[in-house]
Amino acid sequence: MRHIISILVENEAGALSRISNMFSARGYNIESLTVAPTEDASMSRMTVVTAGSDEVIEKITKQLNKLVEVVKVVDLSEAEHIERELMLIKVRAGAKEREDMKRMADIFRGRIIDVSDNTYTIELTGDGRKLDAFIHALDQGAIVETVRTGASGIGRGSRVLRA
Amino acid sequence: MDRIKTEELTGAQIIIRCLQAEGVEVVFGYPGGAVLWIYDELFKQDKVRHVLVRHEQGAAHAADGYSRSSHKVGVCLVTSGPGLTNAVTGIATAYMDSIPMVIISGQVPTHAIGEDAFQECDTVGITRPCVKHNFLVRDVKDLAVTMKKAFHIATTGRPGPVLVDIPKDVTVNKCEFDYPETVSMRSYNPVKKGHAGQIKKAVQLLLEAERPMVYTGGGVVLSNSSAQLRDLIKRTGFPVTNTLMGLGAYPATDDQFLGMLGMHGTYEANMAMQHCDVLLAIGARFDDRVIGNPAHFAQNPRKIIHIDIDPSSISKRVKVDVPIVGNIPDVLEEFSRLLKEAKPRDIKAWWKQITEWRGKDCLKYDRAAKIIKPQFVLEKLYEVTGGDAFITSDVGQHQMWAAQFYKFDQPRRWINSGGLGTMGFGLPAAMGVQMANPGATVACVTGESSIQMCLQELSTCKQYRLPIKIINLNNKYMGMVRQWQQFFHGNRYSESYMDALPDFVKLAEGYGHSGLLIDKPADVEPALRETFKRKTDLVFLDFLTDQAENVYPMIPGGKGITEMILSEDL
Repeated sequence: MRHIISILVENEAGALSRISNMFSARGYNIESLTVAPTEDASMSRMTVVTAGSDEVIEKITKQLNKLVEVVKVVDLSEAEHIERELMLIKVRAGAKEREDMKRMADIFRGRIIDVSDNTYTIELTGDGRKLDAFIHALDQGAIVETVRTGASGIGRGSRVLRA
Repeated sequence: MDRIKTEELTGAQIIIRCLQAEGVEVVFGYPGGAVLWIYDELFKQDKVRHVLVRHEQGAAHAADGYSRSSHKVGVCLVTSGPGLTNAVTGIATAYMDSIPMVIISGQVPTHAIGEDAFQECDTVGITRPCVKHNFLVRDVKDLAVTMKKAFHIATTGRPGPVLVDIPKDVTVNKCEFDYPETVSMRSYNPVKKGHAGQIKKAVQLLLEAERPMVYTGGGVVLSNSSAQLRDLIKRTGFPVTNTLMGLGAYPATDDQFLGMLGMHGTYEANMAMQHCDVLLAIGARFDDRVIGNPAHFAQNPRKIIHIDIDPSSISKRVKVDVPIVGNIPDVLEEFSRLLKEAKPRDIKAWWKQITEWRGKDCLKYDRAAKIIKPQFVLEKLYEVTGGDAFITSDVGQHQMWAAQFYKFDQPRRWINSGGLGTMGFGLPAAMGVQMANPGATVACVTGESSIQMCLQELSTCKQYRLPIKIINLNNKYMGMVRQWQQFFHGNRYSESYMDALPDFVKLAEGYGHSGLLIDKPADVEPALRETFKRKTDLVFLDFLTDQAENVYPMIPGGKGITEMILSEDL
């Protein structure tokens, strides 16, 4: 089963590789990983999307907690949460396709953020499934380039992850 | 609190002052370019003694043996690049067995890092998977607090090796020295106290057990909980087994001790593990060499209580019913307190069953053999040393025979590489043991293959007059490899024969020690008696033993804990 794990970690050189190392050394899977400093610059927040049985997820959270630089770990998928991912997608948009492409971006609430004679670059935010759906909705030949950030997640309501 | 007036010191001076403040008496190491300033400061003082090894692997193993036999932190000091990479095997060995060590490694100057400088390697990257934690100190201002953190992390929670990588310019740069008395880290707060509710639940299970079993590992030794364990076992009358790493935690000569369990454990210990109804696991991790195939182990229903300081060790290979994360001695004291008010069930029937299993006499071997049986050497070693020696070992058949036949009654006397299984560990580890316990009897049980992996340390032993007794069980084979090839590879002894062996007696003599070749059973005891009388000399005893002898019982890899091959089966 897919799980989304949030990790608060000391913002120190090597912390990221300690975490990714642990996953690869123990054979756990990483679907995506995002990381950036929080409002407190001494700490980073990482979101890892992984898959595994409940036992495997329990092992992952224990192993993460064992790392000396990890401050806190929470499995967001245990309760209500929100996740978002950002995608930048460059598509062919010549005279013929321009209108259709604009409409398609509007339907998915994407924004066109760069325009050239032959291309649009569309910015799209949502959960992973929405981004997948947008890709599938396009004519595959129209896609020039895609870049996705991987999911970031946060608990709903009063559910908070702090040091 | 008023701070004592601080002074400006160089990084190298700070390192030495930190070691002194931590009460470090001995550092095992080998100098080189990146650590020259540190060695210069070592030279100028006499509080911290340095032991010069002959290869950095030896430094790490010696620091490890020092720690295992004394409960102090083992410290080693190596230079950048090859100095560090040579030490990695020793660091990984300590990591697998959770040994508190601090490794100080030199690094190229900060401005040269990343430029493929001479003797540069990514030390933090290379060691990351085999240390509890590591640091690269880029600024001399961070040095003292990093050293404090290193000792703190190495010794608290589940112990382990911590590495501090120090670039050469940091050892020259100056700053005010102020060694913190304590250090707190928001991201590192190991649990200490076991959960009271869980402890109650566990004690209740123990009281209701009809077939209780206690299984303890290295954690009991590392946490110095031997006394609490003995109290618990005596109070309850339960049977107990120790893992390879846990030997000595409970006296091997006591009737309630079923011997070691696991791949080469006793029949009775393994049977009791499988057939108990309540299993109390303490500071042990249900690893593959201990319970074999977890699916087979799960076939018999039983309630499992698991006490460990490390939550990630609990329910890792075997699902546990009552996990207790906490400091073992405290949890066991709480157990004993609760057990004072209650009486466990009568378990006579269970003991009757165990006695029946014991009747198999699974460690029997041919005592009338005309050729030296390795088991015989170990039995005699036990007798001659009165069971009172520190025994280090290498890895292989000799290690298993030592574990089976030397009856350890005290913790920290059995020093071996259980987790990583590092051949070459025995001799340098013995040096560390002897340094930590001057005047004590120290023997290294080894084989002709293992001993050759860190043989150069015979020179270190000469320099520091370490009177280690080397018990070389020489069967001219990598015995354990040969045994697996015999059992599972159709007797094809691929590359396991040790051809062109040196004359070990001459070799020992070449290093300035004495050696003796023993090839008759009748000479075994006299040779040992003579050797252990020599309190100040290293003696290399080369026993020519039965080449075809195997270690029994044996659980083949991947098999269940009761699927043992016994000597009578073949």
